[in-house]
Amino acid sequence: MGKTLTEKILSQKIQEEVEIGRIYIFPVDWVFAQDGTGPLAIKVFEELGISLLSSPSRTLFFLDHASPPPRSELANSHHLIRKFGEKFGAKIYEEGEGICHQLMVENHASPGEIIVGADSHTCTSGALTAFATGMGSTDIAVAMALGKVWMKVPPSIKIILKNSLNNRVMAKDLILHIIGALGANGATYRVLEFAGEGLKALNMDDRFTIANMCVEAGAKTGLFPADEVTKEFLEKMGRGEKYIYLFPDENAVYEREIIMDLSEIEPMVALPHSVDNVRKVKEVKGLKVDQVFIGTCTGGRLSDFKIACEILKGKKVKSRLIIGPASRRVFLEGMKEGVWEILVEAGGVIIPPGCGPCVGIHQGVLADGEVCVSSANRNFRGRMGNPQGLIYLASPATCAATALTGYLTDPREV
Amino acid sequence: MAWRGKVHKFGDNISTDLIIPGRYFHLRGNLSELAKHVMEDADPDFVKKMRKGDFIVAGENFGCGSSREHAPWVIKIAGVRAVLAKSFARIFFRNAINIGLPLIECDTENFKEGDEIEVDIERGEVRNITRDFKVAFTQLPPFLREILNAGGLKEYIRRKKDFEG
Repeated sequence: MGKTLTEKILSQKIQEEVEIGRIYIFPVDWVFAQDGTGPLAIKVFEELGISLLSSPSRTLFFLDHASPPPRSELANSHHLIRKFGEKFGAKIYEEGEGICHQLMVENHASPGEIIVGADSHTCTSGALTAFATGMGSTDIAVAMALGKVWMKVPPSIKIILKNSLNNRVMAKDLILHIIGALGANGATYRVLEFAGEGLKALNMDDRFTIANMCVEAGAKTGLFPADEVTKEFLEKMGRGEKYIYLFPDENAVYEREIIMDLSEIEPMVALPHSVDNVRKVKEVKGLKVDQVFIGTCTGGRLSDFKIACEILKGKKVKSRLIIGPASRRVFLEGMKEGVWEILVEAGGVIIPPGCGPCVGIHQGVLADGEVCVSSANRNFRGRMGNPQGLIYLASPATCAATALTGYLTDPREV
Repeated sequence: MAWRGKVHKFGDNISTDLIIPGRYFHLRGNLSELAKHVMEDADPDFVKKMRKGDFIVAGENFGCGSSREHAPWVIKIAGVRAVLAKSFARIFFRNAINIGLPLIECDTENFKEGDEIEVDIERGEVRNITRDFKVAFTQLPPFLREILNAGGLKEYIRRKKDFEG
C-alpha cells in the first residue's frame, strides 16, 4: 500500500511500517523550548534523574517570547535558561535573534526529520517536509533526556492545490480559508498534507505561513513535499546537502481529499475570538481599527514586509502600526532592501525580532475595546494581553491596506 | 474507583489563553500562584466557586491553542479532579496525560452547571446524579493509562529510566 508523507517519514525513522492510530516511540532530530515553556522543561528534566542531555547540539532554547524581558521574573527565566545551556551544552538563541520557528527553518529543519518543540507552532517546519509538532514541557524534557517521544500515528487529509493566487492575495488568505472550511478542530489529531500543481506557485515564505497555521485547525502538523522550491531554500540557507526528494506515494491513502482552487481565494479575515470565524475582507466593511501588527512566525518574513512597502510607500498610516521582523536575518535582509525606511516613514514602529505583542506580554498590549488587525495566527480572547481587546487576523497585505485607511480594507482597493 | 463532585460547565473551543492568560506569563515559575488565575478569562468567578474534587465539563476542542503545559497544571493544582469534554485539542490532551490530569472524552451535552456527578474510571461511566442519567466513555489506550497511573510521564520515566524498560 502507498504511504502518505506522514507514514513515509515516521516509518523511515523506526525502520518499521507504522500503522495509523498506533502509539510508537520515535527518535527526534531536534528538540527545543522557548522562554515561556523552557523553565518548566528544565525543572522536569532536572527531576527526571537523568544527568545528561541525549544530544546537546540538537537541544535548542530560544529567548523569543519576552525578549528583551519586560520584568524581573522573565529576566530570571532567561537567566535560568542561559545557565542550563552553559551547564549541559544546549544551544541558546539569544534575545533579538528571532522567533523559534523562523530560526528552526533558517538554521535547522530538513526533510525527513522529526522535530518536537515546546511551542504549538512548531508545525511551521512541516513546510520543509519535517514531521514537526508542538508538545508540552514534560514531553520536551523527556525528549531532551532520552532523544525520544511517544506519538500516535495520525491519518492525513490531502489538500490539493490548483492554479495560483491572484495579486495581493496571500498564503495567509488561503490558510484562513482552509481553517474556516475545516473548523478549529476539523483536523484534530490529523496531518494536513499539501499537494497538487498549485504548490509550484507557493514560495517557502508562503509555505511557512500555511504550515504554521495548520495547528489552528487542530492538526498535528502540516506537510509539504520536498521539491525544487525546498531545495533552493535549503541551498540559500547553506544546508543544500540536507535536501532529499520526499513525496508521498501516488497511491497513498488519505482520510479525506479537499481540492482548493487558489485563483478563487480572496483576502480573508478571522473575526474575534476564534481563528475559524472567517469572512471575506470585503464582507466586513467599516470596521475602525486602532492598531495594526505585521510580524510573528506567521506573517513577519521579508516577503510580508515587501508587500507592506508596496502598499505604504510614500504614504502615512491612519492607525498605529507595529512592525516585528521574525528574525535577525529577516531584519538584516530588510535593512539591505530598504524596507524599514519605507515603513518607518509611513508611521510604523519597529520592534526587535521576537514574538512581540502576539503573546500579550509587552510591545503592543491593547486597551479595553480596541481593535487590532494582525498578521499573527491567534485571535483568542485575551491573546494580546487584554480580554477586552478585539483581534482580527489577516494577511500582511490586508494589514498594510488597513493601516493606510484606518479601517479594515481589502488590499486590492488601495 | 469513583470520583464524586460538581460540574463547572464551559462551552466549545476553550483555549489555553482562557485557561491561563498570557498576561500571567511572569508567574509561570510559581505554579500555585499561577493556579489562582485558572479559567479566569472564561469565568472570573471559577476559583471562588470550585471545590477540590470538582469537574470541568466542556464542549468540543477543549485546550486548543498554545502548548503551555501550565494549562493542565493549573487545573490540576486548583484541585479539579478531571476534565470531561466532547473532544480535546491534541497538545492539551498529551500534556494532561503527561502530568497526570485525567481527561474523559464523552457526550457532555446534557450536563448543566452545578450538577452532581460520579465518574467511574474503571467502568468507563459517568453518572449524573442530579439528572439521573449515565454516559459511557472509552478508556485510554493501555500505554497512556500506564503513564496516567504512574502519576505522569516524569514519574513513569523516573521509575523505568526509559520508555521500553
